[in-house]
Amino acid sequence: MRRLSGWRGDVLAALGALLVAAVLVLGLGSNGLVDFIIRFGIFGLLVLSLNLLIGTAGLVSFGHAAFFGSGAYAFGLLMQSGGWSVPAAILAALLWSALLALAIGALCVRLSEIYFAFLTLAFQMLIHSMVISWVSLTGGDQGLMGGVPKPPFLGIELARPTHLALFAAACLAVSAVLLRQVIRSPFGVALRMLRDNPQRAAFLGLSVFRYRLGAFVIAGTFAGLSGVLMSLYVSGAFPTFLYWTTSGEALFMIMLGGIGTFLGPLLGAATFLFISDRITAFTEHHGLFFGAVLLLLVLGLRKGMLDWAVEAWRSRRERHKA
Amino acid sequence: MRGGALALQGLRRSFGGIVATNDVTLDFTAGSLSAIIGPNGAGKTTLFHLITGMIAPSAGRVLLDGQDITGLDRQAIVRRGIGRAFQVANLFPSFTVAESLAAAILTHEGRTANLFRAFPPRDVALRAEEVMELCGLRHLAGTVARQLSHGDQKLLDIALALALDPKVLLLDEPTAGMGPDERWRMIERVHGLWQARRMTLIFIEHDMDIVFRIAETVRVLRYGAVLAQGTPEAIRRDPAVIEAYLGTEQPLEMVS
Repeated sequence: MRRLSGWRGDVLAALGALLVAAVLVLGLGSNGLVDFIIRFGIFGLLVLSLNLLIGTAGLVSFGHAAFFGSGAYAFGLLMQSGGWSVPAAILAALLWSALLALAIGALCVRLSEIYFAFLTLAFQMLIHSMVISWVSLTGGDQGLMGGVPKPPFLGIELARPTHLALFAAACLAVSAVLLRQVIRSPFGVALRMLRDNPQRAAFLGLSVFRYRLGAFVIAGTFAGLSGVLMSLYVSGAFPTFLYWTTSGEALFMIMLGGIGTFLGPLLGAATFLFISDRITAFTEHHGLFFGAVLLLLVLGLRKGMLDWAVEAWRSRRERHKA
Repeated sequence: MRGGALALQGLRRSFGGIVATNDVTLDFTAGSLSAIIGPNGAGKTTLFHLITGMIAPSAGRVLLDGQDITGLDRQAIVRRGIGRAFQVANLFPSFTVAESLAAAILTHEGRTANLFRAFPPRDVALRAEEVMELCGLRHLAGTVARQLSHGDQKLLDIALALALDPKVLLLDEPTAGMGPDERWRMIERVHGLWQARRMTLIFIEHDMDIVFRIAETVRVLRYGAVLAQGTPEAIRRDPAVIEAYLGTEQPLEMVS
């Protein structure tokens, strides 16, 4: 059993989850379900990467969608330029997102808390305006039009929704295992030390700047992958990807699910997507509804759902022991 | 030879018009156990700040085993072997005791830049266990720092410094905020640590009974300057010390 508590256990869990997704996609194959799994892959990846910053490193970024959008645009533009295979364009888009995160992070992570949050927001808005105004490259506020070509590779045809759903689920599963390993590694422990007590961590000899920057780049890269999936899903890239509302939605999903548990953000993303699908049927006022949910959460549970459940379970077990 | 001889030469630091440390020259031989006493505002904690590089001195030098470490940044000074525990426990609240110690060791050795290993590596976990054994924290290995009692938090703070295997260990009021029984337990623990590791131990303390019981030498500060130093017996009879304490606080005999 102990052997399964490490990364081997994570790999098994991820494979299991992937198998379930495959059965759902190939077995039931309803359009709604396939669609849901694609979007869950996209947003699950986005919130997991954001929670590396928030939950592990204690850095609340308001500008995480900058890397989501940059991944989507980079991938879309490369594919439209022709001559790129899908895997090569994905790698290039990830590299681009990582470099962008390195540049922005180098300026942001020197600041703490609210100053850090607002500077990330400012950079995101800067990139958003650049995308809007550079019409010849990005299509401005119309976005990347004309579709993103998806030539098949290794027998994977991403133009087919079932293939894309499995691909997105696989990306999420692999990324989840990798991110979990990052959190569990000595590097991740250093991030947690900086979250808990940066002053003491520095006194022990930790470079606050380098570790925070490392976390920022890793998170930005995974957000870039999430953007690539989004670009494949909608066959384009749009300025809203880079807008603060996208960062806000990711933050909302994390708050909904919980920052203290690894899977909390995923639960939050799934719940968010599920609810937003359902309420579209009877109201246009998404914001009003989600605002009410957020209020209930903040005033009622005072933490995300999974954090709340884990704590309730722990305190129950303590009481049973006593 | 393990080293750990600490020499302060003409250390001086002023904040605006206030001289917090005034021409302090002190020698701490390797492996000695000294107490620093003095009324509030005598510059005891400032002295620790100056030694550990948290504040730069305006003048003077700090020598560790004959090497000038003045002006090095605080990480460099920690790496040279000067460890410090804080007056108010300064911990990683969400880490268990075992995790805190392993994280401190790993950081000190510059082994945190690793994404692929599991934490903690076995050799580090074993050493963390050794420190827990030494500090009597073994039974709390799995307890999260924020849930420890006040006394155990102070102990963990000392253990964090000790985990780096310092040549010189500075303890800023290890018994602050404790009840009488807890104080004695803590100070016996500190004394035991010193006997086990034989580092140069310097502690700031208000309780004179404690100071006179365990310290080999006592250094008395007042208005940032050295008022007296010597064995506990000599200090107890020193007229200048008695006067200083009579002038500001209670006579030494009456402090319990």
